[in-house]
Amino acid sequence: MAAFGSFALIIALALAAYNLIAGALALRLIATGQPARISPERLADTARRAGIAGFVAITAAAFALVWSVFTNDFSITYIMEHSNRALPGAYKFSALWSGQEGSLLLWAWLLGIYGFVLRLTHKTDVKLYAYAGTIMAGIQVFFLAVLNFAAPPFALYAGAIPDDGNGLNPLLQYPEMVIHPPMLYLGYVGFSVPFAFALGALMMRYPGEKWIKTTRVWTMVTWLFLTAGIFLGMHWAYAVLGWGGYWGWDPVENASFMPWLTGTAFLHSVMMQEKKGMMKSWNVWLIFCTFLLTLLGTLLTRAGLVSSVHAFAQSSIGNWFVAFMVIVLAVCIFTYVLQRSHLKSDHHLESLVSRESSFLFNNLVLLTACFVILWGTLFPILSEYVVGNKVTVGAPFYNRVAVPIGLFLLLLTGVGPLLPWRATTFRSIRRNFVIPSIALWSTVIVCLAVGVRPWKDGSLDQGSFYAIVAFAVSIGVFTAILSEFLRGAGVISKQTGKNLFSSTLLLIRRNTRRYGGYIIHIGVVIVVIGLAGAAFNRSEEKELGLHDKLTVGPYTLENVGFTQDSNLNYDSEYAQLDVYKDGKKQFQMAPEKRVYLVSNQPQTMVAIHSTIEWDLYVVYEGANPDTQQPIIKAFLNPLVGWIWAGLAILVFGTFIALVPSINPHTAVLRASAPSRVPTEPALKGGH
Amino acid sequence: MKTRNRLSFLVKGTQALVLALAVCFSLGATDAGSRFTDLGHRLMCTCGCSQLLGECNHVGCPESGRERDELKGLIASGQSDKEILNWFAAKYGATMLAAPTGEGFNLVAWIAPFAVFAAALAGTILLVRRWSVGRTHFAPIEPSNEDPAAVARREKIRRETESGFDEGNQP
Repeated sequence: MAAFGSFALIIALALAAYNLIAGALALRLIATGQPARISPERLADTARRAGIAGFVAITAAAFALVWSVFTNDFSITYIMEHSNRALPGAYKFSALWSGQEGSLLLWAWLLGIYGFVLRLTHKTDVKLYAYAGTIMAGIQVFFLAVLNFAAPPFALYAGAIPDDGNGLNPLLQYPEMVIHPPMLYLGYVGFSVPFAFALGALMMRYPGEKWIKTTRVWTMVTWLFLTAGIFLGMHWAYAVLGWGGYWGWDPVENASFMPWLTGTAFLHSVMMQEKKGMMKSWNVWLIFCTFLLTLLGTLLTRAGLVSSVHAFAQSSIGNWFVAFMVIVLAVCIFTYVLQRSHLKSDHHLESLVSRESSFLFNNLVLLTACFVILWGTLFPILSEYVVGNKVTVGAPFYNRVAVPIGLFLLLLTGVGPLLPWRATTFRSIRRNFVIPSIALWSTVIVCLAVGVRPWKDGSLDQGSFYAIVAFAVSIGVFTAILSEFLRGAGVISKQTGKNLFSSTLLLIRRNTRRYGGYIIHIGVVIVVIGLAGAAFNRSEEKELGLHDKLTVGPYTLENVGFTQDSNLNYDSEYAQLDVYKDGKKQFQMAPEKRVYLVSNQPQTMVAIHSTIEWDLYVVYEGANPDTQQPIIKAFLNPLVGWIWAGLAILVFGTFIALVPSINPHTAVLRASAPSRVPTEPALKGGH
Repeated sequence: MKTRNRLSFLVKGTQALVLALAVCFSLGATDAGSRFTDLGHRLMCTCGCSQLLGECNHVGCPESGRERDELKGLIASGQSDKEILNWFAAKYGATMLAAPTGEGFNLVAWIAPFAVFAAALAGTILLVRRWSVGRTHFAPIEPSNEDPAAVARREKIRRETESGFDEGNQP
């Protein structure tokens, strides 16, 4: 199977190279109109077909690796290093991306899937898709070259073939790890598509903004995958690393967050281009930067430039990525310089206080946040280079610098939609902002009234201060969005005679893009409320003998047993804890410590009980070597569940935004027919 | 006159709110154990787990227990936060500090983000002003020579993304 996999990879590389060269040649011939022995259109079609065949070849290689994992083919070094016989089936799948070579193969395969779909739908716009397909083939050539020459996944084990493999890293033996990396990679790789369309549209001087419309679904789906991937990673860190948190500003976390920020900025700023013909150069560079940041993230974590608890594979492929990034950047700059006249924008604004301006400020804040994170991630390297001292840039730096920027961005989330396009008036501001402002300040007062104090020992308590600001701004933004829904639904309700709920549904269906966006903003608000809860985390640690008790918040944990278990994969020790609240037994928790047999590595399995109010998060830290009694650490983490609920709302909102709006004319006619309400105002209002 | 009275009322109202908040904030409680928590979150565990000392609890950590005891001892000895941080940096190296100090080259780490933000903010404001001034006084928009289909498409997108309930669009 190793030979079959290697052969499939070579074939895939040859097909991708043909796709790139033949595609580029055909497009060149079409652009210049030079006569050729073969029709350029036919040449371009052979390139497209080569791309489709290349996907089949990469799929065969991926299948070969998965087959090798499942058949325990330890003659392949990668399988020997990342799997073992006792590894459960689901985790054998995750072995595919647990190491360097496998994750690169996953990247190439996902790129192949995106390319396959793109090439199948080429009739949407044959020429633009030919450009995009050729650019994607260029990206594919890079990844396949790395797989064939620098990080071959089917390299054979030197020496006698061992009976069993080294096993999968225990940190990766968790259900989320089966879906988190593919999600993240779908997000990373997916940005290749809008990048290819943007670069292709620029190369061919594509008229208008249709390329943005064409790539909108791609960009949103990609953004959704990246968002889901980041949140799944947070949940994995929360449930597996056992420190009670979900985000540690680790370089790998930062690497995934940076393209998310620029991608989010792109999703907002393209609206300016679509509606006003503005920011054309800006949008092109935003998507260029987003793609480059996805490569940078891989470079940072794979090349060992920075250390991370999330980096499970490091090697010397950094140089390949540096070279590729330089080539991509050079191509982007060259194309931009050559075609910049095509990106001349109609820059005209009527007021500093308008929806247009809010989009500009939104981009400013998102890009600043991206810079801060990039700066913090790279500063240790810079410091070592300049003054010879390596420093740590950890959570305290980001909390002080990035959190205020994030809160400002949250504020803009509420302010932006309330500002009318073109210009605003004092009357309009008063009408739109009074209720959200009252909600915001009421929240501050309520927080203070219930005892949340932003000062401690005569100085500012940063955590509590930010929490109050986050709660207040979140409630203000939520009120603002809600008022937008109610205002729109109220108008429809008056016109159609429907009740408010039906009117709200109709409002959303008539403009899914706008109101789907608002639902996403509500999701963000819910996430921020959840994040703000971290300021009030509490924890207690105690050695618990049989029937000893530990109290954290309203919960009392009683140790009713301490036992051991084992299976083919690991030995485990766990404590059985009865949990009481108000003197009544509520449930039982069993935090666990495992020692994986093959790798002999310990792993904490946290027990979590989630409610809407807080998570009871219990860690078994091990047995005291002197007394052999379990040491238990219990955290009470407020509002953590809101983070995951916010993600669900965010995903829902994205789906809504992806659904095409219904035709307002048809909708209004249908809705108003029974009540015979005049339709003309509704047509105006619903746009 | 009416506008001036309204403005005066707003200013006084804001002043009263700020005063009320200042009073509320100053009622903050004190917590004797907070220094340990605070300093524990400004130091890294040195075992290589990349976690803050105050949060490192992984099984069998060879360093965090001893380092926490050292932190407790230093707090009990009455040293200031800065002295304690310097003590750890001297013993374990600068990488034990969870964030760059505010001295020397490290200061750049703190200044750069705010400098970039300020420059970007100023640039954005200038850009918006220039574009809006150009629009209203100097550069009336010429009739577009774009493809009518593209204009129609843009108009459709404008309709799709605009609420229609903004001022002036009320039915």
